[in-house]
Amino acid sequence: MVSGLINENPIVYEIKERRDVRAYSSNTDELSVDAIDQLEVKLNICSAHHIRDIKDPEHPYSLEQLKVLTEDSVEVDDTKSRVRVTFTPTVEHCSMATIIGLCVRVKLMRSLPSRYKIDIRVAPGTHATEAAVTKQLNDKERVAAALENPNLVEMVDECLSPSFE
Amino acid sequence: MDLMEKNLELIEVQKLEGHTDRVWNAAWNPVSPILASCSGDNSVRIWEQSSLSRSWSCKTVLEETHTRTVRSCSWSPSGKLLATASFDGTTAIWEDLGDEFECISTLEGHENEVKSVSWNASGSYLATCSRDKSVWIWEVLGGNEYDCASVLNGHTQDVKMVLWHPTLDVLFSCSYDNTIKVVWWSEDDDGDYQCVQTLDESTNGHSSTVWAISFNAAGDKMVTCSDDLTLKIWGADISMMHSGEGYAPWTHLCTLSGYHDRTIFSTHWSSDDIIASGAGDDAIGLFVDSKQHDPVNGPSYNLLLKKEKAHEMDINSVQWSPSKESRLLASASDDGMVKIWQLETTP
Repeated sequence: MVSGLINENPIVYEIKERRDVRAYSSNTDELSVDAIDQLEVKLNICSAHHIRDIKDPEHPYSLEQLKVLTEDSVEVDDTKSRVRVTFTPTVEHCSMATIIGLCVRVKLMRSLPSRYKIDIRVAPGTHATEAAVTKQLNDKERVAAALENPNLVEMVDECLSPSFE
Repeated sequence: MDLMEKNLELIEVQKLEGHTDRVWNAAWNPVSPILASCSGDNSVRIWEQSSLSRSWSCKTVLEETHTRTVRSCSWSPSGKLLATASFDGTTAIWEDLGDEFECISTLEGHENEVKSVSWNASGSYLATCSRDKSVWIWEVLGGNEYDCASVLNGHTQDVKMVLWHPTLDVLFSCSYDNTIKVVWWSEDDDGDYQCVQTLDESTNGHSSTVWAISFNAAGDKMVTCSDDLTLKIWGADISMMHSGEGYAPWTHLCTLSGYHDRTIFSTHWSSDDIIASGAGDDAIGLFVDSKQHDPVNGPSYNLLLKKEKAHEMDINSVQWSPSKESRLLASASDDGMVKIWQLETTP
């Protein structure tokens, strides 16, 4: 049983001033290239917005502050209703990687329309067991079973709850 | 009758609503027009077809027994018993008493979520599998008694599905470890079930989690589906096994790829040789043997049709009805629906 924190001294980054997050416009009548690009960017921001504020399980910082997630972390294909999030665990042996991935998935599941297919992956080259963690995070049955565990759900909810500073 | 030459369509016959969470599995009763479905809402629903109106309605809901998701359900060959496997670690056996179903036994032993349950052809054995990586074989004794006959620990990861062969007492299991294992009773070492074959990447097997297995009616071919986005067809000389000449190994015959771009969760081989697939791309695929006898490359399969947006979310289960009257297919989805489809020729 690990008594201490896994990551005792996380590097905290200053976050850039946030872009104005506008609500995703459903007016897609004008299908000019410009309009589609705009929509894509907005949706990208929206998805990132949903997850950037997720709190790290061990520290009172957001995943964005810890550079676990950046704006480039989220790839959206709106026509195919696909979202892919790539995240970088703070340290290579961070066993919290699975929890972080689970938090990201849950937040997106709760925020996006049900037609979206969500893929979560650990950034290649950043984690000792990235393939194993990624596989687990994308096994729908494993995720469903994990989310029936009240202790895990409590931890996830804690990470997803807004922080009031 | 060459299906490829006809104009075939998968028509939605009815949408069965009622479950309040994703539906994981649907199973047709082998002898009556009854369909069982099980769900993340912890219940099992029994749907019956009215002989008058031909429409399906929910006859009964089996709830307050399993305390977590019911992941799969399977009817005994007689059609009188229904086994249900749950994330709560137990497998319940229900008896159809006409007006209602009674839970006559609960099989315990797995350390965590039970994923699948299967009856052998004669109904004398049951098999279950779990995230605890094991496969359990249970003997069906009289008086609602079930005894654990064997615990198999061959898989190195979560076991997704178990299925008995349709004619032989050979058990198949597929897993998160990307393999399919074949288990058979051996008289060596005082008699026990032993793994006689493992189908993995080195034998043209899957490169990711294998989610389901299905046999053709003759039992000499098998189809498997996977997170690697393919379906694979395998064959064996089972006449050799029927005549007692020993175990005949399964060999890879064909790989179907490029038809689904998300995990294929379920596959089922109909009695008239149509393979159905259900996947995370919300589509149902139907495949048939191309009947091109290629001595070098072996059999090949063609896509008969792909039903896009069959459901609004992932399809978890596809099952052909055993009914000889019409080609009915049941599908179960994350969208909470069970749908009944009919494969028809369009004029």
